[in-house]
Parts: sequence; structure tokens; C-alpha cells
Amino acid sequence: MAYMHIGKDFVPPDVPGKVTGRIKYAEDYARDGMVYARLLTSPVPHGRVVDIDASEALAMDGVFGILTADDVYPDGEPQSPGLKVLTNEPTLMGEPILAVAAIDEKTAENAMAAISLTIERLPFVLDPLDSLAEGGSDAYNGGNTFIFRQGFAEEKWTADQVESFKSGNEPTAEAQQSWEYGDLEAGFAAADFVHETTFSTAGYPHMSMEPRSAMAYWENGKCYLHGTSQSLSAIAEPMAAIVGVPLEDFVFINEATGGGFGQRARAGSIPSMAIPAKLSQKINRPVMMRVSREEEFTIGGARQGLQGWIKVGFKSDGTMSAMDMYCISDNGGKGGGGDANSAAAGVSALYQTEAMRFRNTSIGTNTGHRGAQRGPGENQIMAIVAPIMDKAAEELGVDRLEIRKLNAAQNGDVSGPRNTPFTSAYMPEALEQGAAQFDWEGKKGRSRQTNGSKVRGLGIGQGYHNAGRSGMDGIIRLMPSGRLQIHNGVGNLGTYSYASTSRAAAEVLKMEWENCDVVTGRTDRHLPITSPQDGSNSIFTNTRTCYGAAQDLLGKMKEIAAMDLGGVAADYEIDGSRIYQIADSNVGMTYAEVAQRGMELGGKFTGEAELPEELNTLTALSVSRLAGSALMGIYHDPRHNNNPPGFTVTFLEIELDTETGKFDILDLVTIAECGTVVHPQGLANQLRGGAVWGIGLSALERHLYDPQNGLPASSGFWQSKIPTYLDTPAEIGTGWVDLPDPENPVGARGIGEPSMGAVSAALNAAISDALGGHLFDSAPVTTDMIINHIAGVSEEAKPLAQNNFRG
Amino acid sequence: MNPKLTRRRFIKGVIASGAAATSTTIWYAANGAAKPPGAVERLIRINVNGQARSVDVASQETLASTLRYKLGLTGTKLGCNRGECGACTVLVNDVPSYACSVLTHSVKNMRVETVEGLESANGDLHPVQQAFVDELSPQCGYCTPGQVMSAVGLLRSNPNPTREEARQGMAGNICRCGSYDSYLNGVMRAAQIG
Ligand code: FES
Ligand code: FES
Repeated sequence: MAYMHIGKDFVPPDVPGKVTGRIKYAEDYARDGMVYARLLTSPVPHGRVVDIDASEALAMDGVFGILTADDVYPDGEPQSPGLKVLTNEPTLMGEPILAVAAIDEKTAENAMAAISLTIERLPFVLDPLDSLAEGGSDAYNGGNTFIFRQGFAEEKWTADQVESFKSGNEPTAEAQQSWEYGDLEAGFAAADFVHETTFSTAGYPHMSMEPRSAMAYWENGKCYLHGTSQSLSAIAEPMAAIVGVPLEDFVFINEATGGGFGQRARAGSIPSMAIPAKLSQKINRPVMMRVSREEEFTIGGARQGLQGWIKVGFKSDGTMSAMDMYCISDNGGKGGGGDANSAAAGVSALYQTEAMRFRNTSIGTNTGHRGAQRGPGENQIMAIVAPIMDKAAEELGVDRLEIRKLNAAQNGDVSGPRNTPFTSAYMPEALEQGAAQFDWEGKKGRSRQTNGSKVRGLGIGQGYHNAGRSGMDGIIRLMPSGRLQIHNGVGNLGTYSYASTSRAAAEVLKMEWENCDVVTGRTDRHLPITSPQDGSNSIFTNTRTCYGAAQDLLGKMKEIAAMDLGGVAADYEIDGSRIYQIADSNVGMTYAEVAQRGMELGGKFTGEAELPEELNTLTALSVSRLAGSALMGIYHDPRHNNNPPGFTVTFLEIELDTETGKFDILDLVTIAECGTVVHPQGLANQLRGGAVWGIGLSALERHLYDPQNGLPASSGFWQSKIPTYLDTPAEIGTGWVDLPDPENPVGARGIGEPSMGAVSAALNAAISDALGGHLFDSAPVTTDMIINHIAGVSEEAKPLAQNNFRG
Repeated sequence: MNPKLTRRRFIKGVIASGAAATSTTIWYAANGAAKPPGAVERLIRINVNGQARSVDVASQETLASTLRYKLGLTGTKLGCNRGECGACTVLVNDVPSYACSVLTHSVKNMRVETVEGLESANGDLHPVQQAFVDELSPQCGYCTPGQVMSAVGLLRSNPNPTREEARQGMAGNICRCGSYDSYLNGVMRAAQIG
């Protein structure tokens, strides 16, 4: 289909501000009379605050007040996992206990030094298996796990059960969570190749580039919060609740966010933004709270680590007939996430496993705030499964590309425990396109070729994430000037989807982009609700709402034209910012004229009557504040059917030096299968960025903690080993299948997360290939593991170790 | 050595004082109107974006703090405040430098250039900025001012780099969004149009 905007590049409105430094992040704002907050954080990985004596600090010149957990939670802290704003029961080293506001940061730090904090040390634990073993320490007060609707609980295995698991055997304890489909026993009975192993994938910090600094002030009873979030309108209501202010008196300001990657999508994962808001309320001055890199490490989120056991069966032709998976998920110090479940569902989606069983038990450790991180679960497990696919192909004599095509998801396929159909799926096409672009046929003979100490390895990887939601709202306004204002509540974390999804409205109205404004950046610009911007959903979710709002506006425009110029709405067409009669194009009105006429008519035309009944609270509030200001398109999006997948495929070649264990990525091609492409440059950026993240997952990143004291050793960029220019290829090939999805009006689905999984999978497969098919069953596979393997030193000195070195 | 000061204690002492130094940088970073007790500020002149600026500077104040919190040049970002990421990169006498790890006193009478100083008088973007727009190099944009300054510094010393030279030249700037490839495309385009 020929589009005016969809599939075309454009300059998103915030890009010039990014290259000139003019766009403002939370820490770039200042207010008259602003004072500074610093955080006093937990000096122990697990403890209980016994006493805080701040009398000396509060008497110091330039100190305005402190905020403690008792101020935030006068009725006691919620007894549930999850980050608190401040806490008296820290379960992380570095967790914020109190904040001090002072004239400047030095005074605040001096005041903190004068505070007497008495804290009771409690036992801590770093590795879930240490906690799971009988007699092991618990990360939380009241247990080592949290059971929904029941609260904290203790989950213990016998020492023998833990040792047996560490030795590579299927866990025997009953799991907390499980699902199953198909006939597992029959699946394994039909298999000609069965692979069974334990595996581990490391947790590691998000390390968004912008620390989560925030500034807040109150004016006329309203709270203004400059913060950082990957969502915008979705944050407003829950954040207002955390601050303790009615939604109508809360303004969230967030024009740009320096990265999110899953950990800034929801208010519950960035509650620290409430600290300056509450302090400001208490001392009646604007408060800036700058967050340091170390603090960002502690509260800024981390991927869940998985320690698991997996058994996979393949039929003689390469069909994956059965998979059995049992995971121990590292829930860290503050709750956790659903990585293991997503990992299993991801395998089902990508490999169309005929029968499957999933079991999981989640255990806390005093390490990091675990939660969603780019492709949580799917991206870890693909790095484990891809080399197993190659092992099966080798054993069964099937080509490595063919075994993936054979198991690939296509239109009409289903996945997961509920057999959910895909909205559409073109994985075979993606594999073929990637193979052609990479020249798989030409290159595959280079597998395991040696040249001196160097050896080549090739890998194919696949990625998946459920990538689309619905049920949100849209608001657009046609102004009396003829300009279109597209209100968009999507956050701005660098994907540009706040702008690219807005173009669906311009598309419907056939408007030049120059005549459109995206209204965003702060909630008092009256934004519609959207889903939290996670789960690769924005492209799918918000093209639906923007498209729908534009359809509503178009209907109203035609109604007005028919009312004034005769005939019925169906007699009218649009083009060139004019609405005209199809029979006689001279009879018509400009967009400016129709907007002015709409404003005269009022009522439903200007958002004052006949609103969609199901509008969300925030949208309804925004509409009420915009009512009468323009001719408005207002839309509530109904639910879509089925599962809109984001699929990716990566082909990759490395050269590994057997003397050093280091490797170079010689070629990397990654292909998206995400429906119609909305914004090619933005998509290419997601594919490249995802590739860098995939390299980090498979080769570099991990948490390191000192086992004696529980001190984090990877609290900086360098220690957590974030990939740099020199760890990544100088060029990353990209491409896309570009076939429309029927559940989206412009055919689009999301891609941000699977862009990483295919690369992590391909890289682990390539390393395995270079080493003659050796399976590390681990992510990352670090240089020391590679060199130990080559040297014949077992890398499994500490099998399944989490939050520390494995070898 | 004090016999009571065992090697282990000595190491702990060094670590502790290192930690204190890091905190001090933060203390001064948002040092606004009021002077903290005991801090002595001296008036110095630095040349920022072609203008001589007189500014009161504490002895341990970093250039990033001075630029951001005293001169209002918030385009220079702080990603780590400890010399790891390059978000704070500015040019000092044409050399890309981490402003979080340079003391303002040490650039007295030197030429400091920040991202705010690159546009021409008529508002045209610098070729590097324009190339970064054309290639959609930034994602979240937080590392972008630092990437821009490193690219400008690189192209001044090597106007026609190979892609590999550009990669090496930009290697001091981390991008957590992983937009490296897109930044390199921008550098190569800027070299062509610059
Ligand atoms: S802020 Fe200066 S190097 Fe990171
Ligand atoms: S663009 Fe986000 S850190 Fe570089």
C-alpha cells in the first residue's frame, strides 16, 4: 500500500535538541529557591533501621529538613516486594533510607555525616541456590520468596536436592509456578536426539545513561515533578498516588529520558522520583535530587538471572518435539519479574515446540532491583537454546538454517500454554531474507576454519517478543489555523515512537507533516492514556489510537461539510488540507474552515459531548480540559485479537583467537519481522541498539558481588562491562520483511526487545561453533570461560553460580 | 610504616579516601549561590565558546560542575561523574576531555568548547550536528552532546578518517542505547560534508 508517511523517514521533532544539547532532561532544570537533596543509603545488604537521630543535622546552617520512610509511610511500609520510596528495612546495599535537603549538596552531605543511624545487620544472601538450601539465609524479612496474595514465605530444598541440581540433574522439588501443553512423554519418546543440561544466565544492571535524578516543586496546591520515565501519560496516575496527590493536581514533566530498557516504564520501578516531591512539600521549596551512578546501579534495575535445567527433544527431521524447562529465578532484593515464564513462552513461539512443560521457583537475593529488562527472559533463553539447535542439527544431519525454518512460526500458528494464535507471522521469510543478505550459503563453509591461532564461527539467532497492546485512547485536535495537534502520551526514551506513531493520524488526514505538531513532554499538555512503554508495544498500540482518533476527526469533518455544503458524509473526500465533494471538488472547505465551523457548533465536535464511554480517567481529564478549544478527534481503542509478535533473525560470523579467548565479530546481519515498517531509520536504530545489547548479554555483562560482605563490584559502567564502540562491529547490517499485520490499521508491530535476542542467540551459537560445538550452557560466555575451555580447565568450577564469577 | 597500620588496613584507608574524593565531586557539583562552610572560591577566567567568562571556582570543582551549574550550560551531561562514559566530553584547546574529570582551575585561560558553542551565528547546525540529525544518530540523546564533541575533536585532528579510525577515535564515549553504528555513520557523513 502506498503511504504518505508510513514507511518514510522524517526528522523527529526532538532530534535537533539532542544534537545541540538544548533538550532538557530532569537534572537540567532549575527553579528559584531550589535546594538539593542527598540520599543516605544502606551500608549493609540486609538490615533493619533501629534508630535515626538527625537532631544535630537538622540544627546545622543551611539544612532544611529530612524525609524518612516514616514520613512516606506513616502507617508502616507495605509488606510486599518492590522498591519503596525510602525504607527502614533495606534488602540492598545502597538502598535509600532517608533524604536530606540543604542549601547545596555539600551541606546535605555534611548533614548526613552528622546523622546517627543505628542499623541492625541481618544475614544476607547473593546466590538463589544458597538461599534455597536448607539453613541458607533469606534475602527478605519473612522469607526468601513472595507468594501472590499470601505474602513472604520460605522456600527450602534439602542440601541433597540443591547439590543434585548443581550436578546437572532435574530438580525434584515442587515448583511454585508451572504450565504444560501437549504430550511431553510422547514428545520425548518420538525424539531421535535429546539434549539435557543445566544452564545459567547472568543478571546485570540496566545502567541507563541518565541517572534517575528528579526535581519537584509545588505551586497553588499542584505538584510539578520533573522526572525520567520511558512512559509519559501511563506514569501520571500511579506516580500521583505514590506522591499522595490527586491526579488533577499532579503534573509530570519529562521531555526526554536518557534510556529506560524496561526499568522506567512503570511508577513502581522509579518510586525515588517521589522523594523530591515529598521533601518539597514538607519544606516548601523546590528540591533537586541528583542521583549518582552508584545509586542508579542500586535502584536502577537489573535483569533477572536464571539457573535452570532444560531437556529438549528433536525428531529425526529436526522438529522440536518436546521441551521441559525448570528455572530458579533470581528475584534480587526487591521483588523480581517474570523472566522465566517469558523465556518458556518465547521458546514455544519461536520453535513451535510440540509439547512443553515449564516450571519455576523465584528466590530473592540481596542483589539489585530485578525486573523487566529488554526482552526479559526471551533474550536470555535464546542464547542458551540457539547452540542446542545447532547441536541437534549436527547430530541429526540437518542444515543449521533448515532446522530453524522447519520449526519456524508462520501465519496460522499458535504458541504458549493457551495456544494463542499469532496475528501474523513470517519467520521463514525473515530467515530466508537474512540468509540472502548475509550470504549464508557462501559463508557457511567457513565454519570452524582455522588460520593460525584464529578460528571462524558462524551463528544464526532468532528473537521474539509479544509486541503490541490495545485498549488505550487517542486525542487529536484540528486547530482553527488548520494545523493538526496530535496529543501523544508515549514516553520519549529514544525510539521516537512518540512521533512515528503520531504519523498514523497525519496519514489518515493526508496532512503534510509540516502542518502537524506532536503535543507531548508534560502531562499538563493534556495527553491521552497509553500503555506503559514497555514490551515493545508502542508502535502497535499507539498507531491504533492515533489512527482511530484521526478516523473520528475525519468523520466529524465530513459531517460538518455535509451539513454546510449539502449531501451526506459519504459524498466527501479529503486531500491537500481540504475536504471536498467527490462529485465536484470545487465544492469544499479548507481544514482551517472546517475546524472553525466545528468550534461554532461545539458539542461533540469540540469534545464537550458524546465522548466514547470507555475513556480512561486520564484521557477524560485531558479531554475535559481541552473541550471547546478545537475540532477534536477522540477515540477509545477496543481490544485486539491474538498475539502480535515481534520477530528477528540474525546471522553472524566471528573470528576467535584461541590464544587469548577474544573474538571479533566480522559480519552481523539482523532482520526484523515486525509487520509494516513505520519509520525505517528508527527501526534500524532499534536493530543496531539491540545488537549491541545482545553482544553484552552473550559476552560481557554480569553482576559481581563480594561474597564476604555483599558489596557490589559492578556499580560503574566499566565494571558491569557495557559494550563500547570497540566491543561491537563497525557496521551492522539491517533489513526487514515489511509485510502488514491485520490487527493494526497500518500493519505495524513492535521490535525493540527481540532486536536483542536474535543477536545474543547468534553470538552464543557462533562461539560454540568456533569451539567445535562446545556448549557452555551459559550467558555470558566470557573470555576467561573460553580460554579455560581451550586450555582444558573446567569452566564449571562453580556450576550455576549467580552474581559472581562462574569459573 | 606505623606497625599498627597493617597492609590490609592501609589498603582499606586508601579505598576509603578514594570514596571520599568521589563524594566531594558530587558535593560541589550542585554548589549554588551559597558557599559551603570552609570552601574557598577564587575568581578565574576561562574562555567558553569564544567568550571570556569570569567565574568563582572552588579548588576541587570540576569543569562539568562549573559549566552546568554556574554557567548554565546544561548541554554537557553527567552520566557517571567519574571518567567512565564520555557524556561530559568537551573540547579543551581542541582536545576532547571528560569535563567531570578536569578541574576548572586547570583550564584557566584555555579554550573550552561545549555543545552549545557549535552552531554558527545564523543558527546553522555544525556539520557534525547536521550529520547526526540526517543519520538519526541519537537514540535517547543523553550521550549525544559528548558524542558530538568527540566527533568534532576527531575531525579537527583527522578530517578524513577511515571508519576504523573513527571507531577508535570515538571509543571513549559509551552509548547505552547502542547507537554506535549510527554515530559512526554520522561521523563519516560529517567528514564528507564538513
Ligand atoms: S560523566 Fe564524565 S565520563 Fe561520565
Ligand atoms: S543515545 Fe542513549 S546513551 Fe547514547
